[in-house]
Amino acid sequence: MLKTFAKGGVHPAENKLSAKSAIEVLPLPKKVVIPIAQHIGAPAKPLVKKGDEVKVGQVIAESGGFVSANIHSSVSGKVTKVDNVIDSSGYPRMSVLIDVDGDEWLETIDRSDNLVTDISMSAEDIVKRVMESGIVGLGGATFPSHVKLSVPKGKTVEVLVLNGVECEPYLTSDDRLMLEKAEEMIVGVRILMKALNVSRAIIGIENNKPESIKSVTKVASRYTGIEVAPLKVKYPQGGEKQLLKAAIKREVPSGALPLDVGAVVHNVGTAFAVYEAVQKNKPLFERVVTVTGKKLSKPSNFMVRVGTPVNQLIDAAGGLPENTGKVINGGPMMGKALNSLDVAVTKGTSGLVIMDDTESVRRAESNCIKCAKCVDVCPMGLEPHLLSKLAKKQIHDKLETERVMDCMECGSCSFECPASIPLLDYIRLGKNRVGQIMRARK
Amino acid sequence: MNLLKIAPSPHVFGKKSTKSLMSGVILALLPAWAASVYYFGWGAIVISLAAVASCMVFEYLIQRYLMKQEPTLTDGSAALTGLLLAFNLPSNLPIWMVVLGSLVAIGVAKMSFGGLGNNPFNPALVGRVFLLISFPVQMTSWPLPTGFTTSGADVVTGATPLAIMKEGLKGGETVSAMMDKIPSHMELFYGHMGGSMGEIAALLLIIGGIYMIARKIITWHIPVILLGTIAAFTGILHAVNPEAYAGPLFHLLTGGVMLGAIYMATDYVTSPMSKKGMAIFAIGIGVITVVIRVFGAYPEGISFAILIMNAFVPLINQYIKPKRFGEEVKHG
Repeated sequence: MLKTFAKGGVHPAENKLSAKSAIEVLPLPKKVVIPIAQHIGAPAKPLVKKGDEVKVGQVIAESGGFVSANIHSSVSGKVTKVDNVIDSSGYPRMSVLIDVDGDEWLETIDRSDNLVTDISMSAEDIVKRVMESGIVGLGGATFPSHVKLSVPKGKTVEVLVLNGVECEPYLTSDDRLMLEKAEEMIVGVRILMKALNVSRAIIGIENNKPESIKSVTKVASRYTGIEVAPLKVKYPQGGEKQLLKAAIKREVPSGALPLDVGAVVHNVGTAFAVYEAVQKNKPLFERVVTVTGKKLSKPSNFMVRVGTPVNQLIDAAGGLPENTGKVINGGPMMGKALNSLDVAVTKGTSGLVIMDDTESVRRAESNCIKCAKCVDVCPMGLEPHLLSKLAKKQIHDKLETERVMDCMECGSCSFECPASIPLLDYIRLGKNRVGQIMRARK
Repeated sequence: MNLLKIAPSPHVFGKKSTKSLMSGVILALLPAWAASVYYFGWGAIVISLAAVASCMVFEYLIQRYLMKQEPTLTDGSAALTGLLLAFNLPSNLPIWMVVLGSLVAIGVAKMSFGGLGNNPFNPALVGRVFLLISFPVQMTSWPLPTGFTTSGADVVTGATPLAIMKEGLKGGETVSAMMDKIPSHMELFYGHMGGSMGEIAALLLIIGGIYMIARKIITWHIPVILLGTIAAFTGILHAVNPEAYAGPLFHLLTGGVMLGAIYMATDYVTSPMSKKGMAIFAIGIGVITVVIRVFGAYPEGISFAILIMNAFVPLINQYIKPKRFGEEVKHG
């Protein structure tokens, strides 16, 4: 029996159309737009102004606090503007606009392909380097990685869990990275183990990625303490709490962190970025992005510089199909539908899913028949039907005691509902309001 | 280029719809329906058509002209209520009573509470119990299984095995003496007995139930726990005095237990939403059913038992919560 998490979950059609497409390097864009807030936490502070010349890898905005991250230039060229630009969220955000000129990297970056397996840095230096390199969680949450590597006094970490689950339908960027860069990624895992001072690491991968499991297992077997855990395909296994339950059978209590059960979770893409930062002195300014969709002529995986406009990725994957309804930034379960194709790829962009007009329509809502399917599929053991009703009626105290803040917004309830009730829409509203109330109380 | 659509996630949806779930239940009932046609002939066909058609017509009329909303007939819930009501009736019931029962089921039990999803009591059972109380004679003259050989007017009627047993025991007979007067367990299993259209043919009802569980229309909890409770309760009574109390197998195969446990108690709207709640609900129905059958005035009690437990569903939903993630901290 393959391992998985115990409670709830759904199995949407996998549609991993780009699983066989090797990672291609996307040609350099002519202009980039680099937002200074690409992570959870305080936005970075811009260090450049109009007219400045920048090189690839140069810091253009410095971290705005402990929970924040440096932003580096992904291209070389001239800064044309530092201004508010609409980003993928649909809101204007401070961004650095650069006209690309050549491809001149900082000399400190090792651009060779040599695999460097010896880890010479100390644990403190690793954390410092991860912080300087602007590394954030690449699974999509974009939480600054150095924060997760700085274990507070009194807490101990026993195990590092790597998230190679990629439970979102369509997306294949982690899959391809694990397949093609397994050596580098495992070095990254060892670096993270050293930084956290743990002797055990588990890499969770769903078994719809047999090639990746094989390639990662082969490399991992050379080192003691690194295991691969093949997992049964079930959404949302990539959720931190679900992955820990599946891989090490520990339940993170409500409101607590993985650290409270002795674990730290990092994405496999993050491990690769850590390898590049520590061994090659290369900050995070590019990432793998899946561009996919049923009507797209060439579903692909691209290595993309941060700041590249998404329409350039879509053109490289065969162009926007006719009758496109939605372009989703991220996977179809938790991603955001974009309202413009001029927005830029950021550190958190794991994929673009292009959906046909007919796929983009929501079915009409009908009466709740109390079938309890939302209760069955909720991975957090909540009652989505009740939460959505309470949110609609704005009964916020009850919402809080019914643990609305435990909701991770995975969308399993809305996915499953036979009456097509947009449960998560209402729950999000309620969560938002309850969050405000709880913060005001402090 | 067209404008892009924006909407919050998720952007993909499952295949289940109210319609697919309702039609799944109807499909699961068809083998048992075919058996009742085989045993009861034209009467079964006429009763089911009358019940399904009148339920649908009443729902349409009430939605269109009283509630002034878009009729939702296509979701299949009215048709299912009609079919379930027919399954609860003797196949020789006058048509006007069937129509009246449908009006009570749809008009009183369902639409007056706001339609699908809002009714506290199972509509088909409300319809049945209304008819049972209003027309006790017609509702308890069960045609014997004679197939198509006799026409509707002069079918042979008789008591159900449950009623025969009950009367006999009341008259001082022993269980073993009564067992000779009713069909064998095997015949009960295949449905060769007098009774309402759908309470016969345990085998086919179970097959339909397995189909619904396999297609994830219902979960196993309510039927298995309910049948288990009845088996355990009657088993204890039977063990204490085998001549005063019939055995568990007899109780499981007669009356509406199979139909009730698999198709009526599992009605989404009127059953609890958490697994623990379902267990409490099912145990309650099982106990009340046996109490009515063994100690009450009526030979059959599952309809009343389900309706009584329906009333507790809001309370159960209020207090019985699913196990939250992270409730117990386990260190492995």
